[in-house]
Amino acid sequence: MRTFNRRRFLRGTLNGGMVSVGLPLLNLFLSDNGSAMANGLPIPQRFGTWSWGLGMSESIFVPKNTGANFDLPEEIAALAPVQEHINLYTNFHVFRDDAPNLCHHSGWVVLRSGTAPYTSENRPGETIDVSIARQIGNATRFKSLSATATGDVRDSFSYEGGNSVNQPEWSPLRFYNRLFGDDFQHPNAKTFAPDPSVLVRKSALSAVREDARKLEKSLGAEDRQRLDQYFTGLRDLENRFDLQLTKPDPREACVVAAAPSDLPAGLDADLVSKRHRMLTDLMLMAVACDQTRVFNMFYASAFSATTRPGYDKPHHTATHEEAVDDALGYQPNTSWYTRRAMEEWAYYVGALANCKEGDGTLLDNALIYANTDQSFAKVHGIDGIPMFSAGSAGGRVKTGLHIDGGGSPGCRLGYTAQKLMGVELESWGTKSNTTSSDIGEILI
Amino acid sequence: MGRQTVNKSQLAKHCSVGVALLLLVGCAREANQPLDLLEADSVARTRLLTSEQYTNSISQIFGEDIGNSLLTPMPPMQRVGGLLSSGAAFAGVTSDQISQIQQSAASVAEKVVDEFHRDYLIPCRPQRSTASDPSCAEQFLKDTGRLVYRRPLTDIQLAELVAIADYATQQTGDFYEGLALSLEAMLISPAFIFVVDRAEPHPDKPGIQRLDSYSLASRLSFFLWNGPPDDALLLAAQTHALQSPQGLAKAVDRLLASSRIEAGMRAFFDDMLGFDNFNSLAKDPAVYPMITATTLENAREQTLRTIVDHLLVQQADYRDLFTTRKTFMSPSLAVAYGTPSAKGWVAHEFPEDSPRIGLLTHLSFLAANSHSVRSSPTLRGQALREEFLCQVVPSPPPNVDFSSLEEDEHALTARDRLAAHNSNPSCAGCHLITDPIGLALENFDGAGLFREAENGVELDISGELDGVTYQSIEGLAVALRNHPKLSACLVGRLYAYSTGGPLSLKDDQATLAWLEDRFVANQYRLPATLKALTLSSAFSTVRSASSDEDTDSLNRGDWRMDDAPARISEEQLSLSTLQRFGSLESQL
Repeated sequence: MRTFNRRRFLRGTLNGGMVSVGLPLLNLFLSDNGSAMANGLPIPQRFGTWSWGLGMSESIFVPKNTGANFDLPEEIAALAPVQEHINLYTNFHVFRDDAPNLCHHSGWVVLRSGTAPYTSENRPGETIDVSIARQIGNATRFKSLSATATGDVRDSFSYEGGNSVNQPEWSPLRFYNRLFGDDFQHPNAKTFAPDPSVLVRKSALSAVREDARKLEKSLGAEDRQRLDQYFTGLRDLENRFDLQLTKPDPREACVVAAAPSDLPAGLDADLVSKRHRMLTDLMLMAVACDQTRVFNMFYASAFSATTRPGYDKPHHTATHEEAVDDALGYQPNTSWYTRRAMEEWAYYVGALANCKEGDGTLLDNALIYANTDQSFAKVHGIDGIPMFSAGSAGGRVKTGLHIDGGGSPGCRLGYTAQKLMGVELESWGTKSNTTSSDIGEILI
Repeated sequence: MGRQTVNKSQLAKHCSVGVALLLLVGCAREANQPLDLLEADSVARTRLLTSEQYTNSISQIFGEDIGNSLLTPMPPMQRVGGLLSSGAAFAGVTSDQISQIQQSAASVAEKVVDEFHRDYLIPCRPQRSTASDPSCAEQFLKDTGRLVYRRPLTDIQLAELVAIADYATQQTGDFYEGLALSLEAMLISPAFIFVVDRAEPHPDKPGIQRLDSYSLASRLSFFLWNGPPDDALLLAAQTHALQSPQGLAKAVDRLLASSRIEAGMRAFFDDMLGFDNFNSLAKDPAVYPMITATTLENAREQTLRTIVDHLLVQQADYRDLFTTRKTFMSPSLAVAYGTPSAKGWVAHEFPEDSPRIGLLTHLSFLAANSHSVRSSPTLRGQALREEFLCQVVPSPPPNVDFSSLEEDEHALTARDRLAAHNSNPSCAGCHLITDPIGLALENFDGAGLFREAENGVELDISGELDGVTYQSIEGLAVALRNHPKLSACLVGRLYAYSTGGPLSLKDDQATLAWLEDRFVANQYRLPATLKALTLSSAFSTVRSASSDEDTDSLNRGDWRMDDAPARISEEQLSLSTLQRFGSLESQL
């Protein structure tokens, strides 16, 4: 990887006072192929995640062929328009060792954190998006962003630790206002005037830190850890203030659309789809405007309660109570839900692929990681749990492949993704999920 | 009444710590020894403000118009021991949340100093609005800081905040903007967003720690009002009046008499009943066209109004909430209930022959514990046990054979469909604990609307709750009303909520037994029980969290694993299976 060590100093006057502000390292992790935007600026790398609930119907989901130009069985037929941009990973396992198989929980927790949980209430430790955000998320206004198409603020696969979730945006309007409200500095604005308040805010953080230090003395060990996390948050906030004092680099793909209207609560598949697409469009707008480089989209929860019009079982109930059709060899209604999920995955990938940036697209300069919670949800299977990736991470990842994991740990994909994004790791995961083996077939 | 000291460790020996709270409470009562509450204590905790507490704090300090204009920046809490509020004792803040807290703080501060609000929120005028005025800034920051931090600022804190205001005024050329930036820093401080129980040595009891006066004030107000202490309560803390029995009783009486007690108890019951589910609840409009977002919002409100009226206004018996026919009705709800409509909210009483009796027959309970397209006796039974009896129904085993659960085209009712669960020993243990409860509510569909039949088949709503059989909805309501664990559950939840964290199976059992006794002695009235709890030694005497965890491994698991304190025991599961099958299968 080419190193690009750039430190800039803002020198300017604010109401007559000279300021000198050290800025963080910017654009440290750049694409190897040297791709650049029309204005010559290097294109940053991005990492995204996507998740769907309740696995697959193996017989009509797993392609018969591996490698390039793999066949698209009927449950993933919707992926045809984006096949060239994705990789499908099958026959990768999640290992629980001495932990129980926790229904709809073990699978996603292992894939996102590398460790099998012991109870359903155990939240993962740090998830991969957080590790990667620490690496590539420091040069943007938001270290990471998360959104859920379920409309439920409790649905997230992004955790800084077992006690701290990155809560997702669930309302398109609220998300829009957060992204493009008062604090938004349009990267393509012709003029830039640093807000003097920002410098004061940064200065005031020293008093806040002092409050925290005083408080620290009266806390026990576990609460001190929570306060350490708070200190980290303050450092990131300070970093954000520094960024606000800098004229943002122009982003040709940044076009801010009008504010969306909000949607009612509900989980019928059409409504979820609509919400998913609105949030996806907003998320990509945030990425294109370089407001974040790490982003999580949550299509459906592990206990997905998405409903199908005219059918009385929500997705999760259907997975267990619907019989496998003897003639078809799968559960038709359950498969209907999975197909809807694949349509949304195709939309998500397609939206990234359609967003032009430099000589390529947003997707060319991103790596998207997608997973679910089960393989065959009817029996809570976690062997052979399917995963996807999308994007070529700046020309470093081959796409259009179907990879057979041969029963190796599913954590290999998370390990590979973190390495690609610059996280220094000898290995990743615990117990049988530990891996130091990347998925070499996809690496250029 | 003479007092005897009950040694907590002795009491613990009587009770297997591996057994449920309900058994523990029963065991404590078996001991039949009045408790010397001088020895009782609770854990000193550090809690993150919940979303509602954050909003209430802003509203209480700066006005409801500012509080209500905010999008709360606080994260959702994880439910611990049955309560979201207990999750606040463990929740951390991510970098993203700190960023949102800062944005919210900036928004609040901007409003506080705008031309409309400054006239009554800022107690002085600067000599010139374009220049700093340390004296005026200090006056505002000192008064406001005391309310925001819930204790007086130290001299150093105040000096730092005044310096920020001065510097900011110099940078921006606007006194009010400078003041806002200083206030913004205050609203980001951990002294605001964390509620810290600070302890001090008890002057009369060597080796014992008690909450300092300001922490006691915060514990009182967040429990009873779900908001921060007001000026009078902080004054009582400042004069140490709260540390005397008389002073504390006077303060508690004032808090109980305040209209804010309604907000406090609404917050408690909203948490206990899991009403956060309503934030994303919806019914399939194709199946339930008359159930709108307004209907569901009103359903939540109906139950909370009913509880507040019954427990606080009427000061009636808690148990009667499950059999009362009195409630409140909105136009939107009237459509769903099939009753005449009136404008706005009105008191309503269902007739004696109505199937609507008590909280279990409210739309809130029935709709929230159903799927979006159909009812669920299992979810309803589980909710009854977990919310009102503090029992935890175990998750289904992952290796269960689901073939027996597949759709049966001949099954026309939920009872028929669920029969499959009850014919499978690996399912039956739990389903026999939940389904007989939920099946008694099958006269209400997935939205809570009344129905005589399902798919043309008249419904059999007979059932059984822990040995009490019934043939009607009223029978279930009465069985729950008279359930021996009903009151123990409420006082357990109240105690956990009041002290800001989950119960300790080892250390809190004696306090809980005592509190339940007080509840019974007070004829199951809430206000008197709130008073007994807040005046108890357990409320104001504290132990450290670390020693609690170090000495109580089971408790540690309970906290960390988010189990509610009253897990249904294997014995109960076995018993229910034995009753059904006469023998236990290996899967159990």
